[in-house]
Amino acid sequence: MSENRKPTLSKKEQAARKQKIIRLVIVYTLLTFVALFIVTPFYWMILTSLKTAQQIDRIPPILFLKPGDWQLRNFALALQAAPYARFMMNTVIVAAISTFGTIITTVLAAFAFARINFKGRDFIFMILISSMMIPGEMFVITNFMTVNTLGWIRDQSFIDALAAMSFPFMTSIFYLFFLRQTFKQVPDELYLAAKVDGTSDFKYLLKVMIPIAKPTIITIIILNAMGTWNAYIWPNLVSPQNENYRLVSNGLRNAYRDLSGQVAYNEQMSAALIVTIPLLIVFLLLKKQIMRGVSRSGIKG
Amino acid sequence: MLEEKHNIKAWLYLAPAMILLLVFTFYPIFNAFFLVFLRDFNFLAGSFDGFTLTENFVYILNKPDFKKALLNTLMIVFVSVPVSVILALLISAWLNSIKKLQGFFQTIFFLPYVTNAIAIGMAFAFLFHRNYGLINTIFNWIGLPSINWVGLGAGYWSSMFALLVFIIWSGLAFKIMVFLSGLQSIDKQYYDAAKVDSTPRSRIFTKITVPLLSPMIAYITITSIIGAFKEYTAVIGMFGVRLGPAGNDGALVTIVALVYEAISRSGSDGAYSEAAAASIILFAITLVFTLINMQVSKKRVHF
Repeated sequence: MSENRKPTLSKKEQAARKQKIIRLVIVYTLLTFVALFIVTPFYWMILTSLKTAQQIDRIPPILFLKPGDWQLRNFALALQAAPYARFMMNTVIVAAISTFGTIITTVLAAFAFARINFKGRDFIFMILISSMMIPGEMFVITNFMTVNTLGWIRDQSFIDALAAMSFPFMTSIFYLFFLRQTFKQVPDELYLAAKVDGTSDFKYLLKVMIPIAKPTIITIIILNAMGTWNAYIWPNLVSPQNENYRLVSNGLRNAYRDLSGQVAYNEQMSAALIVTIPLLIVFLLLKKQIMRGVSRSGIKG
Repeated sequence: MLEEKHNIKAWLYLAPAMILLLVFTFYPIFNAFFLVFLRDFNFLAGSFDGFTLTENFVYILNKPDFKKALLNTLMIVFVSVPVSVILALLISAWLNSIKKLQGFFQTIFFLPYVTNAIAIGMAFAFLFHRNYGLINTIFNWIGLPSINWVGLGAGYWSSMFALLVFIIWSGLAFKIMVFLSGLQSIDKQYYDAAKVDSTPRSRIFTKITVPLLSPMIAYITITSIIGAFKEYTAVIGMFGVRLGPAGNDGALVTIVALVYEAISRSGSDGAYSEAAAASIILFAITLVFTLINMQVSKKRVHF
């Protein structure tokens, strides 16, 4: 009986193994195709940014460039065409102000919602949560009127521009919610023990809660900074006149044209790459935090 | 817990966030519902000509651009959402079934999330360039003629197609991340039981994986639908402020684009009420879709 079963079983096993290998080959092939689909726009951007104008005009296009042929001066030309260093500095300043503001306001409010007992707490929290469903475009109309009334648009100084770009983004219901969840996980015993020792609430927040919530806070800083780097619509709306007040995304939409009026695609793509690379570097350095933060959080900055 | 109420202290902690929210979130919501009932409101002059219940809605609904914007937006919603959700589901299932190179693929698939929409939109436009683009090069390799996707005088369908490819590409990263973390948290016991019964893989996918992932699928679908209704930056990224291929300006206008277009006319009568009407219509549409989706998922979602 046992001699009879053995060969059939291993035959079955063999068939199963064969099937598994075929399946894996198919899965890896499909994943490779998807990866190519994802990477192609980046590759096209990089390749184009390194071509000469003559190389771009070639039909069919050149698909690969030897390192010796790379036209690195395209980047210098792109940087001359628009003050990108200035745009980047503006973006970093706005990101710093709005992120700093967001952290302060959301940490304080999240602490109140998670730790302090006050009248109407759950009701107010529910209102905040339900307002997340309302599209931001509805706020933009009045916010534009508000920054106008505050005098941040007409005869705009650099400080006005910075205020108009960062003030509406100095808090966030979503990050408040995110932080409250983290604070709620801190055991009550810690708080009660601190109370017995006579620690004030504020000191408790500073010495216990914030260190525990550090990963969440770092995630918020990263997502918020990335959001500012990608912000286009609002900065474009509130700071249209002075080129020196632009953020990176707004500077990008300049038309890059050569002397004959043709679009200089290589310079355009160099500029796009200059804007893309800092984000990619930050991502590769902080890959773990960003990916974990995003899969936990759920929205884009 | 036996704690007395600390109302004053609580409000000290809440104040900074609450003041900002009142000014920049809650007041704007009420104000939008106020503006929409003003007749000929002019922001710069600070004047208006009485109240009206429906005029602003009627005006925007009759605008030829609004119909165009609504159709474009619906097209983006009904094509990009199902395609990207299904693709992301398949990709994350494939990703979850391998061990080697899983982290590598995961990193690559995440890249679109950390890119600037304007920068990568410009790269997409060049990818679809009639003469110098890679897409037409591939078309020619397989014997198909070149198509004028997004260039001067390009047609509506070709430029819409290119835009949809870009939108789907941009949206995959986040969905794959969420689905993959969902898949990794599914109890292995279900799969072991299926293995004992030697259930075919396709059946495991439809009978175990999808039902157990359904809360996440519902969540992703709702947020994607709302996001797709608000699409605007992708159009700017690919086509610039013309919102369409050269010679076909405004062909790819969306509802949100109309809101911003109206805001930019701050000196003209009724512009802000028009923007408010468009944003309220957008809110109503997203609300309806959210409610429908919540009802459907209540019945179907396996928690």
